[in-house]
Formats: sequence, C-alpha cells, structure tokens
Amino acid sequence: MWYENLRGIYHIALKDMKTYYFKPPAISWGIVFPVAWILAFYLRNPRNFEELVPGLVAMTVLFSTTAMEVVVINFELRIGSLERLLLAPVSLSGILIGKILGGTIFGLMITAVITLASVVSLGLSSVHIIYLLLILLPSLLVFSSLGALLCVLVKEVFEAQTLANLPRFLMVFLCGVFVPISTLPPVLKQISYALPLTYTVDGIRQSFGSAGDIAIAIDILVLVALIPILIFPATKLLARRFV
Amino acid sequence: MAKAIEVTGLTKYYQGLVAVDSISFDVNAGEVFGFLGPNGAGKTTTIRMLTGLSKPTAGSARVLDCDIATEIVKAKKEFGVVPEQSNMYDELSGLENLIFMGQLYGIPRLERRARAEELLKTFGLFERKDSKFAAYSRGMKRALTIAAALVHKPRLLFLDEPTVGLDVVAARSLRAIIKQLKASGITVFLTTHYLEEADILCDRIALLVKGKIVAIDSPAGLKAIAEEEPALEVSFKTPLPHAAGELGRRLQGLEVVKLDGRIRIHGGDTDIVLRAILGYAGENGTQVASATSVRPSLEDAFIKLTGLSPAVMLAEKGGR
Repeated sequence: MWYENLRGIYHIALKDMKTYYFKPPAISWGIVFPVAWILAFYLRNPRNFEELVPGLVAMTVLFSTTAMEVVVINFELRIGSLERLLLAPVSLSGILIGKILGGTIFGLMITAVITLASVVSLGLSSVHIIYLLLILLPSLLVFSSLGALLCVLVKEVFEAQTLANLPRFLMVFLCGVFVPISTLPPVLKQISYALPLTYTVDGIRQSFGSAGDIAIAIDILVLVALIPILIFPATKLLARRFV
Repeated sequence: MAKAIEVTGLTKYYQGLVAVDSISFDVNAGEVFGFLGPNGAGKTTTIRMLTGLSKPTAGSARVLDCDIATEIVKAKKEFGVVPEQSNMYDELSGLENLIFMGQLYGIPRLERRARAEELLKTFGLFERKDSKFAAYSRGMKRALTIAAALVHKPRLLFLDEPTVGLDVVAARSLRAIIKQLKASGITVFLTTHYLEEADILCDRIALLVKGKIVAIDSPAGLKAIAEEEPALEVSFKTPLPHAAGELGRRLQGLEVVKLDGRIRIHGGDTDIVLRAILGYAGENGTQVASATSVRPSLEDAFIKLTGLSPAVMLAEKGGR
C-alpha cells in the first residue's frame, strides 16, 4: 500500500509539472509578480538592494508554490480527472501529497533560479547553503500545502484564487519581506509570528549571513511542524467531496 | 460460479434522501451485468460506492473478493472504471494519458508503452496518439477513456453509460468492443439507459427504479415476464381510426392498444380474436394488411416491471 502511494505521489507530481506548471498563469504569478514587486523597491532605493534579496527569495517561494496549487485540485474536480486518479490504487492523501509535491518542485526550480541569479549578480559570498536548503525545502512544502488547503476550502477555481490573495498579501506586508518585524507595532508583530512566511524570511535572512529575530532552528522546526498541520485538514476537506 | 461482485443491503442517503435503497445482487465472474434504469435511479451512485468514490450509508459489498470498506485500494488494482464523463487530461496526448495511467498502476516502463500503443490500435486511435485529448472528437474521447480503464488488464470493468452522446457508428463500435471484452473473460458491469443496448450485451439485467431493484434476470427471463399473455398486432389496408375502441368493445376483457398505424390486442383466444378482426375489417369495407404474433421486447418487460416509459429515459439523456 505504502509503495503504491509513493509511486502514485511521484507520478502525479510529475504529471502536474507537465500539465500545469510552466504555463502562463504559473509563470506570471510565480516569477513575474515577485520580481516586479522587488524591482519596484529596488528602483526606489537601489543602494540597499542586498537587504531585499531574502524577501525576494521568500516571495518567490510563496508565489511560485501557491500560484497553481490553489487552482489544480478544484480544476480537476470540475473536469472529473481527480476522480480518475481516485480510481487508481492511490489513497486520497497520496493524491493530495502528489499535488503538493508538484507545486513544491516547481517552486524549488523557480526559487533556485531567482536565488542563484541574485547571488551571482550581487556577488553575495556569505550564503550558508545548508541553512538555506533547510529553510527552503520545508517552506516550499508549507506554502504548497497552504495552496492546497485554500483550494479545497472552496469549490470554485476563482474563489480559491481570490481567497489565496488574502493570506499572501497579508504575509508580504507583515512577515518582514520589506519591513523588519522589529519595527512593527506590537499587535502586528504578534500576528506576524503566527504567519509561516515570517519564519521563511527570517531563516533565509540568516542563511544570507544577516542577523535574524528568531533562532534558525526554531524557524526550521516551525516550518516542518506546519506541513502536517496544513495537509491534515486539506485531506479531510477533500475527502468530504467524496462522501 | 465465482462471484465478481457481491452486494448486500447497499444503501446510500444524500441529505436525508435515499439514492440507493438496500439493494442486493451478485455479479458472476465473466458475465456482462446490466444496470438499467432512468435518471436518478441510483445506477451511478451504486458504481461510485462499488469503486470507492462514495461511502455507503449502510450495507456491504465485496468486489473481486475485497471488502469495499476496508480493501478498496487492493480491489482497484484489479478493476477498471469508465465513468460517464470522459475525464482524461486535456493537456496530455492520447499516448501520454495511457502511459500516465500505466504509471499509476505500476506497469514497467517498456511494457506500459507497448500496452498503451496496443490499446490505441485496438480503439482506432493510433494515428492520433500524439494529439492532445482536448483535440479528440467525443467518440475518440470516449474510446480513450475506455482504453485507459483497460491499461492494467483488469478482471472487472465498470462502464457507466458508455455510449451516451456517441453517434450510431461509434456506439456500435463500442458495443463490439464490449463483446470482445466479455469474450476475453473480463466481467463487465454496465449501466445504461438504452434497452436495446442492454438486450444485446447483457447476460443478466437488474432493473433499478428509485433506488430499488425491481427485477434481476436474463433479457430472455425478463421478456418472459411480459410474455404471460400472447399478443397480436394487426394493421388494415385502409386506416380505421376507431378500430381500437370498437375492437375493445367487441373483445370484452382484452387489452386493445392503438399504436402508430397498428393495433395490438393482448390476451384472448387467437382464433376468436382473428375472427373479430376480420369481421370488423369486412364490415368497414377493408382488409387486414398484416397480422403478427408479437414477441415481447425488453421494452415491454421494462414497462411492465417499472411502470415507466423507455421514451422518458431516452429523453432524459437526449437519446438516440
């Protein structure tokens, strides 16, 4: 059973990569959007651009993973192809994890490109690769899982896209992407610690050799803990569509 | 005889409304078993429960000797399903869709490509193997959906309304394929609106109305139920618009039905009936054009057992 699930997860992720990712919606939301935003901040203050790189990478993680993840499950439910997957010897949680993995791999590829481009073009030398990977991998899984959860919370594709913008923009403004958390009012600071992107930004910042607000081990632990916390309700909500 | 499916008291409620009402039946290994009924009868709900897409409210079922409540993933390896909707991936070609299905079932790389190409040839899609599913015609989509259900060489195939929406040629071709599947030993569980389809293909048929099975038998057995009384169908050389009413008055106790250009008389002694018809024709200055002893059709059995008109079922599906 576990072997069939693993096989299903792998092939569903690959299939999703082929059918959904590297398509215009994923590209525009996953790459163009964070780059355009960062570019706007760069044009405003080019001298401190290096400080924005962790935020740029974190935003790429957030948008590249959620771009299609909030769409694919409801889309497949609508055209009936998700049922096709359910008729194969793969469990429902296996199918969901396969879809989350597809978003994660796409996010990893896009994030790797953006990170490498930033490091090379700015000549950043104090990057701690192991820390970066330990932060990026759980972050990619967290935001891909978040996308899946937001998707199954509603029934329509457009509803999920609209719903996803609320946490995405909230996180962009409150999680230290542009404004350090330490400068936020106490109430907003509390909210920021409840949002996963805070730990991603903080961890990436430390991986780039800057000081962080939280110990990097805590960043990693929180992100790893969030993965099942997001996947479990997403699986339950998806299962309710097949009662 | 080995059983491919064993169903006991299977029940499904949706929001307090009964969709399937405590049905029980068996499907023998190797037979084509038809589930016949109008929209909302519970056919698709039954298939969804048997294939693990929906949980029964009550009752139990074993599919290929696996309990659907606890061993459905094991059973899935051995059965294939063709849903009513042709639900392959638009963005993938016909070949890619079949290879993806082969991957999900764990067919080795070389074998799955060969299997996919073999199925594409069987279903006449090989020339279009590299076209996207989205570019296929409705008949081609249906054929590929069936091919996808056969990639892993299942022992049991669920077909939910396989010919709905197909043109006459495509539907005929599909029926030929279903016969081939039966000949190769695959058990087929078929839901359909089309009586003639069930009659041609099925070894046994269950008639389902409002979630309940009203009869299960072979097509011949079901027809025999309607054959309790002989029937005679006559037409006259000159149309006699009041013939049914007048003959009904003369043949007291017999059912006389006016059909399109014909009259059907159920029951009675054939000699007496014929004399009455000939007498009536002579009195009205005409002759009998034809007189046929009618063998009941599956349609007659369906009407008798369900009280429903087959035309209603066809209209629901925009039938042929």
